[in-house]
Amino acid sequence: MRAALIRLGAAVTSGVWRLGYASRFFVYLLAHSGTALRRFRLTVREIYFAGVLSLIIILVSGLFVGMVLGLQGYDTLQRYGSSEALGVLVALSLVRELGPVVAGLLFASRAGSAITAEIGLMKATEQLSTMEMMAVDPVARVVAPRFWGGVLSMPLLAALFSAMGIFGGYLVGVVLIGVDEGAFWSQMQAAVDVRNDILNGVIKSVVFGVAVTLIAVFEGYDAPPTAEGVSGATTRTVVTSSLAILALDFVLTALMFTGGN
Amino acid sequence: MNRSTIDLWVGVFVAIGLGALLFLALKVGNLASFSTADTYRVDAHFGNIGGLKVRAPVKSAGVVVGRVADIGFDNQAYEAVAVLSIDARYQFPRDTSAKILTSGLLGEQYIGLEAGADGRMLKNGERMRITQSAVVLENLISQFLFSKAAEGGDAKGGK
Repeated sequence: MRAALIRLGAAVTSGVWRLGYASRFFVYLLAHSGTALRRFRLTVREIYFAGVLSLIIILVSGLFVGMVLGLQGYDTLQRYGSSEALGVLVALSLVRELGPVVAGLLFASRAGSAITAEIGLMKATEQLSTMEMMAVDPVARVVAPRFWGGVLSMPLLAALFSAMGIFGGYLVGVVLIGVDEGAFWSQMQAAVDVRNDILNGVIKSVVFGVAVTLIAVFEGYDAPPTAEGVSGATTRTVVTSSLAILALDFVLTALMFTGGN
Repeated sequence: MNRSTIDLWVGVFVAIGLGALLFLALKVGNLASFSTADTYRVDAHFGNIGGLKVRAPVKSAGVVVGRVADIGFDNQAYEAVAVLSIDARYQFPRDTSAKILTSGLLGEQYIGLEAGADGRMLKNGERMRITQSAVVLENLISQFLFSKAAEGGDAKGGK
């Protein structure tokens, strides 16, 4: 009983400690982002690894998610004789929720895990301590460019996901099933608001980008410098950032879409 | 990987990413048709606005000419005040009437404007005189029931 309580206490304390450490790391990272932004080429390289190399999976998933939405949405809507609202259904669900969330989950597993593994391995092979010995701050030189690369890539990837998904919904709904093309687009344009829907989706994707990339670089930087430690940190990145995306999405949706109306 | 190749791919990525955002804003969200246009504001007092919401469309002859900018309560007259923000391209006579209508049977509520015949046009900050409140289903049903009851009562009294 006593041992169980001690274990519980230790788990809570170390959890809180890690959360505090992550917050201090975040502040330190922001304070030392000068190099990453001044020598922007470093960040561009990371945008290539985090953004460009994620393009294929984002575009293909977006297309298929949109096509499935088109099929399922049509199946339900045509029972109520309102299949013209298919465009609205596809566009709103993608722009508000699926675009940022699914793109964020894919980004976490495609780019977040790679960032963690890379930084963790650099730590395990003592490249980071070598840098410190050469008076180069590894946070400024290694961590910050990866962070900003991820933060800049994520909104673009989410927008591409949504655009591709709407195109997929168009392919299935209009080209394949034969929903009226004019109604598809005009109802979509009437229902989707630029500020309330699209801008809120972009804000969501920015928040997810910060959360996922911060978790990825922190887990990599904090990983125990062993093969086991790096593999554990990579797994933790994917699990923690997926949970963070879903939890943050709930909070953001509650803030954005329930007031006012 | 060559440095300029990386730059090229990042350039392509950022360009198509921004293109996707532009596509969402223009083709999906229709940024072009609203928000930048000049508007003028007109008040309309209603006995009951039913389920009318801020940002509901204001239509005339079925065309969207503006939006409901604000909804308030006039504590002097105990009436609802809807502030309509109407596109400056569309001018309406002073005796234009405003009705709260419902699109379809269960659709959202909007304000329908019917132009009058006055020579002077509505100006910013003026008030529409002729309004018609929203139809509240409960009132309609109770009216129907009362009239039925009254009919029944007359029939009995007549005998």
